[in-house]
Amino acid sequence: MEYALRTHSFPSTVDAVAAHGVARRFAGKWALRGVTVSVKQGEVLAIKGSNGSGKSTLLRIIATALRLTRGECQVFGHDVTADAREVRPLIGLLGHSPALYQDLTVAENLRFSAQMACIPDDPSTIESAITAVGLPRVASERARNLSSGMQRRVAIARLMMRAPRLLLLDEPHNSLDDEGAELVDQLVRSTRAAGGATVIVTHDVARVVGLADRVATMDDGVLFAADSSAPLQVMRAPPRAQLHLAREGSR
Amino acid sequence: MSGRFAFPIGDELRRTRAVAWKDISAERRSKTNFNAVVFLASLMLVMFGFALGPDAEALRSAAAGVLWLTILFSGVLAFNRSYQLELEGDSLETLLLYPGDRWPILLGKLAANLAFVLMVEVIVVPMAAVLYNVAIWHVLPPLLAVLALGTIGFVTLGTFYAAMASRVRAREVLLPLLLFPMLVPLLVASVGATTALLAGNAMGDAGSWIRVLVVFDAIFFVASMLAFEYVIEV
Repeated sequence: MEYALRTHSFPSTVDAVAAHGVARRFAGKWALRGVTVSVKQGEVLAIKGSNGSGKSTLLRIIATALRLTRGECQVFGHDVTADAREVRPLIGLLGHSPALYQDLTVAENLRFSAQMACIPDDPSTIESAITAVGLPRVASERARNLSSGMQRRVAIARLMMRAPRLLLLDEPHNSLDDEGAELVDQLVRSTRAAGGATVIVTHDVARVVGLADRVATMDDGVLFAADSSAPLQVMRAPPRAQLHLAREGSR
Repeated sequence: MSGRFAFPIGDELRRTRAVAWKDISAERRSKTNFNAVVFLASLMLVMFGFALGPDAEALRSAAAGVLWLTILFSGVLAFNRSYQLELEGDSLETLLLYPGDRWPILLGKLAANLAFVLMVEVIVVPMAAVLYNVAIWHVLPPLLAVLALGTIGFVTLGTFYAAMASRVRAREVLLPLLLFPMLVPLLVASVGATTALLAGNAMGDAGSWIRVLVVFDAIFFVASMLAFEYVIEV
């Protein structure tokens, strides 16, 4: 399948992601405590961390799926809150769930996605996307009859068709066999080769070591560089974040 | 809005069609909701009949009210299902992250729900005519117009409020609580128009009530399209 980013290019000086002091609170509890990080065009950033550390929250804020409580975040120079309409054509999010319609077939799911994104939805395009992820034999099967790994491959095919400028992958290798995991790696490499950027969040850092240009660690809503305990953040961190940093410093 | 990312209107209408097709296809294949709604509606007609007693005149005079209450109560199940489909596969977030305007999502779901409720009415209206001993054939064209106008207003508000309730845990309970108070003017106008038609007063009271329905539909259609972006936002 030919891979070319579908949106126009940006000057190389514009960061794919530029987050400053991003914080998010859920029901009184801070999930993110002032994250500052940038991702350049053509770069792959991996964020590792344990469950509940705030990785997915950060990814969903960048994707405009979640509003931030404090701070600011830009994607290719567009603010994710004020200019969410400009950001959405540039991003492709692979979340925990493949987000398929269970009573539609594989081909119908992909056609629906293409129609919603206003990209070509002719049978040959759909067929080549299905072939690219190794599922031509189940193209007419309903999604509910597929294994979780196969459903994940359909979600990868959906991203391949859209060819977004910024890939946001949340535990992308989950449920996938080696061949399926290689599809994710291929997608990341193709995006980088075409000038796009990728943010991968994972708890299995070994899986992305050869793929990522940088690896950062998220712990309790604070983002750290992998090779030190110094945080990649903080601007106007909420009080508990400051306590957390003091704790880190005293170790 | 100028300078902001937007698809041409033709593309937005194709996206509308895609959403409607997706919802109708999913329902056509599972049939879970349609069967349940038709069964509930039939049961309601029969139960109201028992409650009103054997007096044929009492049944005839209550027929319009019973019919519309049956449509309203059973239709609510369709609206809940409409967003349940998105929540089951965690698809709502993905749907909202597609580029372009969000009104095609509401309009597509509205079209699918409208088709669904009209299909239910195809079964429920003749059944009500038989059970309540009401002759509808001589007023069929204006009656269809009243049913269409009442259903459009009902489905517009129902689809909109279902979107609003879709993000909360108790959405099945919340939706009727939000929706029914808003439907009072529509219910009064629909029952008034239907009663007047069945009584043979097509040009008098029915005309006035039909005008109320047209205004109700227009106001809430435009308001829902404008407000959808904000109620569906995280």
